[in-house]
Parts: sequence; C-alpha cells; structure tokens
Amino acid sequence: MTDEAGPISRSRELLLQALDGELAPGEQVELERLLLDNPELREEWDRFSRLKEVTGNMKLRNPPQEMWDGYWNSVYGRFERGIAWILVSIGAIVLGSWGAWSGVQDLMADADLPTFVKWSILALIVGLVMLLVSVLRYRIFVSRTDPYKEIER
Amino acid sequence: MAIYMQRCYYAALGMVGSPQDAEDLSQEAFARAFKARARLDPDRPFYPWLYQILRRLCYNFTRDTSTRRRKLERAGSWLVAEATVRASVDDPERVRATDELRDELERAIEDLPLAQREVFVLKEFEGLKYREIAELLDVPIGTVMSRLYAARHKLAAQLEGLE
Repeated sequence: MTDEAGPISRSRELLLQALDGELAPGEQVELERLLLDNPELREEWDRFSRLKEVTGNMKLRNPPQEMWDGYWNSVYGRFERGIAWILVSIGAIVLGSWGAWSGVQDLMADADLPTFVKWSILALIVGLVMLLVSVLRYRIFVSRTDPYKEIER
Repeated sequence: MAIYMQRCYYAALGMVGSPQDAEDLSQEAFARAFKARARLDPDRPFYPWLYQILRRLCYNFTRDTSTRRRKLERAGSWLVAEATVRASVDDPERVRATDELRDELERAIEDLPLAQREVFVLKEFEGLKYREIAELLDVPIGTVMSRLYAARHKLAAQLEGLE
C-alpha cells in the first residue's frame, strides 16, 4: 500500500529470521560467520535483540470482559441499521420523486400560470436530475478506478 | 467466530492504537463481511478475507484528518508491560521505568508508516510467522521482511536514544 520499504540483503534476512526463530538449521552457521565477519551486522544484531527483548515483555492490552459480552449485539445492530438506512433511503427517494412529479403535474395543469414559468420549472427539474445523475456516475467511476484510493495522504 | 472476534479486535488495536476505535472498526468489519458474504470464495480461508476488509477500514480511518486530530488528544495506552504486572508493589521504581519505556515504545510504533506498523504488530504482538503475515496481507514474504526490517531499524534507533 504505502511507505514501501526497499528489499533487504541476504544477511539482514538471516538476521530477522534468527531473531524471530524462523531460521533453517543450515542457516545458523552462515549467520554466525556473517556476524563474525561484519561488525556492522553484529551491532545491528545487538540493537535488534534489545528491541526484541523489550517488545517481548509487552502485549496488546486486553479489553474489559463487558466489551466481549456485548460485541455481537453491536455487530447485529450495525447490520440492522444498515438495512434500515437502505429502506429509509429507498422510501424517501420514491416518495420524494412521486411528490415532485405530482407537484409538476399540478403546476403544468394550472391554466393561470404563464407558459414561460411552466417551461422554466420543467428546465429546472430536468437540469437538477441531470446534475444528480452526472455526479453519481462520476463518483461511482472514481471509486472503481482510482488507483490511489488506498494511498495514505 | 469468537476466535475471529478476538483476532480482529487485536489486529485493529495494533493498527489504530485505541481500544474504542479498535472495537468500532472490528465490529464494522464483521458487519461489512456479512453484507458481502456472497463474494466470499468457500475454497479460500475466511480470516484473510475478513482481514482485508478490516485493514481497509483501519487504513481509511488513520488517513482521515479528523482521526489524526483525535489521536493527538487521545490518552491511555494500548500496550501493557508484563513486567509491570509481575513486579511487586514494593518496587515502584521498576514499575515506573517500565511504564515510561512502554509509553515511548508506543509513541515510536505509532509514528511508523502504517504498512510497517501493521507487519511489526502482527509479528511481535500476535506472534504470526512471515508466511502467515504474507498470506494475510497478500504480499510476498520478501515484502513482509523488508517492512519488518524497516520498522525494527527505526524502533531500535529510538530505543537506543532512550537508554
């Protein structure tokens, strides 16, 4: 994703593997030889070992038991709210559209209203719908194709 | 599911560093996974798929500027030193020194780029193997090792400055 570190050398790979107990049996001798020959690597080994010692004494803090007890209720609640929001949105869009359409029909049927006002209202509504569709289409396109969406800014 | 609940919570805690936010994000990950369950490949393991949802949420969360502001105001630690638990009450000096070291280490981990912090936490505090981390993150093992090396390099330098 971001902040990619560059590839590391074989000696550093061995160093990490030894620290983390993932060194293959045959590689132990190779690392020991490298540590003897390379004082810089030896120094790094000492610093990393000290860090490992410190972090080895730490662990992630446990939450209180009440958090675990109410965990799933909260997950179900989120799921329910998600469905509720979808239903509310659909209802609001359908009712709003129907209300707007009825209002426009009433205005158009009003014989006292000048023709230019009727056309202006129609232009306004068509324009708003086009803007809404255009913005939605653009947002969907960007969310699907933006190669940088995961990059931390 | 209880195992996934705990794994998700601790993974989020390691990435965002706040118990409340970790709870919130891990629950959101489950809710989203349930909604997207039709996309789950039954032939592949469940947790890496769930983890991808969780990490996306955590990355977006930390990217949010208001979150950063909140982070600055946040108090409380997300790591606990086992030595503090073990140390007797008649050794307050040792307890204080350990707490200070923990606070500094926490801050240093929080300053790491998230990709490095994620690997470091999975390795150090969740005890996963390189192969398991690579599978979770869907990256080669070499990338896991280079991120881990970069994280340790920075943290070791900061630790040296403290001691």
